Amino acid sequence: MIVTRNLTKVYGDIRAVEDLNLEVRPGEIFGFLGPNGAGKTTTIRILTTLTKPTSGNAWIGGFDVVSQPQEVKKMFGVVQQHLSLDRELTVWEVMELHARLHGLGSRERRKRIAELLDYVGLAKQAERRIGELSGGMKRRVMVARALIHHPRLLLLDEPTVGLDAQARRRIWELIRRLNSEGATIFLTTHYIEEAEALCHRVGIIHRGRLIALGSPLELRLRLGLAAVETLLDDRVHYRYFPSKEEATAYVQSLPPEVKMIVVRDSNLEDVFVELTGRKVEDGEDTEG
Amino acid sequence: MKILKDSYSVWWADLRILKSLWQRFLITSLTSPVLYLLAFGFGLGRGIEIGGVSYIEFVIPGIIALTAMNASFNGAGMKLNVDRLFYKCFDELLMSPISSLSIILGKSLIGVLRGLMVSSAFLAIGLAISSTRITPLFGLTLLLTCFTFSFMGVLAALLAKSHQDMATFSSLILTPMTFLGGTFFSLRDLPGWLKMILHLMPLVHSSRCLRAEALGRSFPWASFLVLLAFGIAFFLVCLSVLKRSSV
Repeated sequence: MIVTRNLTKVYGDIRAVEDLNLEVRPGEIFGFLGPNGAGKTTTIRILTTLTKPTSGNAWIGGFDVVSQPQEVKKMFGVVQQHLSLDRELTVWEVMELHARLHGLGSRERRKRIAELLDYVGLAKQAERRIGELSGGMKRRVMVARALIHHPRLLLLDEPTVGLDAQARRRIWELIRRLNSEGATIFLTTHYIEEAEALCHRVGIIHRGRLIALGSPLELRLRLGLAAVETLLDDRVHYRYFPSKEEATAYVQSLPPEVKMIVVRDSNLEDVFVELTGRKVEDGEDTEG
Repeated sequence: MKILKDSYSVWWADLRILKSLWQRFLITSLTSPVLYLLAFGFGLGRGIEIGGVSYIEFVIPGIIALTAMNASFNGAGMKLNVDRLFYKCFDELLMSPISSLSIILGKSLIGVLRGLMVSSAFLAIGLAISSTRITPLFGLTLLLTCFTFSFMGVLAALLAKSHQDMATFSSLILTPMTFLGGTFFSLRDLPGWLKMILHLMPLVHSSRCLRAEALGRSFPWASFLVLLAFGIAFFLVCLSVLKRSSV
């Protein structure tokens, strides 16, 4: 569904995306995991035709994003990281504008808008102005809007950023439901639990480069499924083992001066730290 | 056909907003031209004649041009500026399968409509207190003025990197045109070099054309063509800026 070959975007001295080679398969939820500034949003902007790559290529559904932008635009729906809604319009008007832009006829528009507002649980808010809605509701309007033209691919840039736990779970449910109905989903996130909970495959991006790719389980297996945290000399040390049994055996062999021993499942945060030496939430020095 | 349909779609959203606040918009937009009329027309210009007509007759077509300029520029530019930098919803248009041409036309049309609404309302006032003539060429010039300054507003909004940039553009471009653009005095007796500089302002040509028609004088086709050239140039630059900024 998405293919990139040596995709690169340079802003002055900053290489926001560098030699990105990626394939997102039809029907999967693919997560692009990385800290703020790693190059996730730049990638989305290239895929959505808002930014030209410096070099390399990207295709959506077989169409080149640079030379065939109009065909590409019909393929995807997008939910941007920031709120991108005209606050002076009502929920229905936002939906209608988007339906018109995608060439839906009058009868189809009415049917599709009613269907989608019901789908995202906003049917009763149709006549309210965007400015009067909560953050979670606005995000759901953006999801509904992105779906208006039955896109085969949904691009979600940090879809739950800034939302409370309840609103976040609701968006997750929505994403799973959309995927189960056949939509391919490409999402960027810097939330470990989001990538683990939703994605079939995850690409880890760091300083514009793809540094690991696989299912959450595959990525953890490379490290070890069990993690042991120990406190020694005021520093936390991490060790990884293929199984809990091996981790427990290691703990039993530790000398008594080792404090605060925790045995747990490893996660994608561990994978990221091992690969980069820093945490996902630390952010990057670059834009993107 | 698709271009026109897509342009209408872009225009449609701005029309919905205008529909909900058109009375307030009309009242606030008419405040300045009415004040100009009172201060310059009835106050300063009482008893003055320019080129054989009373100052009121002289100044009304100029204020109509000025009103069309301000309402069109702000009507198109300010909303687009807010859409781009504050609501950030302009990207949604760029990611829709419609052409840059439709986006520019659609975003300009709201300025044209606002310009026509306010200048027509002021024209009604002018007709009640003077013998201003309305002709097809007067209407055509007014429409061209609205399009020209709408495109200028869209261009300013596309280039602006902040809300302050729009204010700066207004201060540096619109304010000088307001007072030097042939609205309140005739440029005929000014020194040649100054006259040449002022003729670089599109408002000068709009005022000349509207005034000639309103007062029944021969129509300055050269000014009409210059105004048309400004409109086309603003439109083409808008298109180029938009295409350069996206794929």
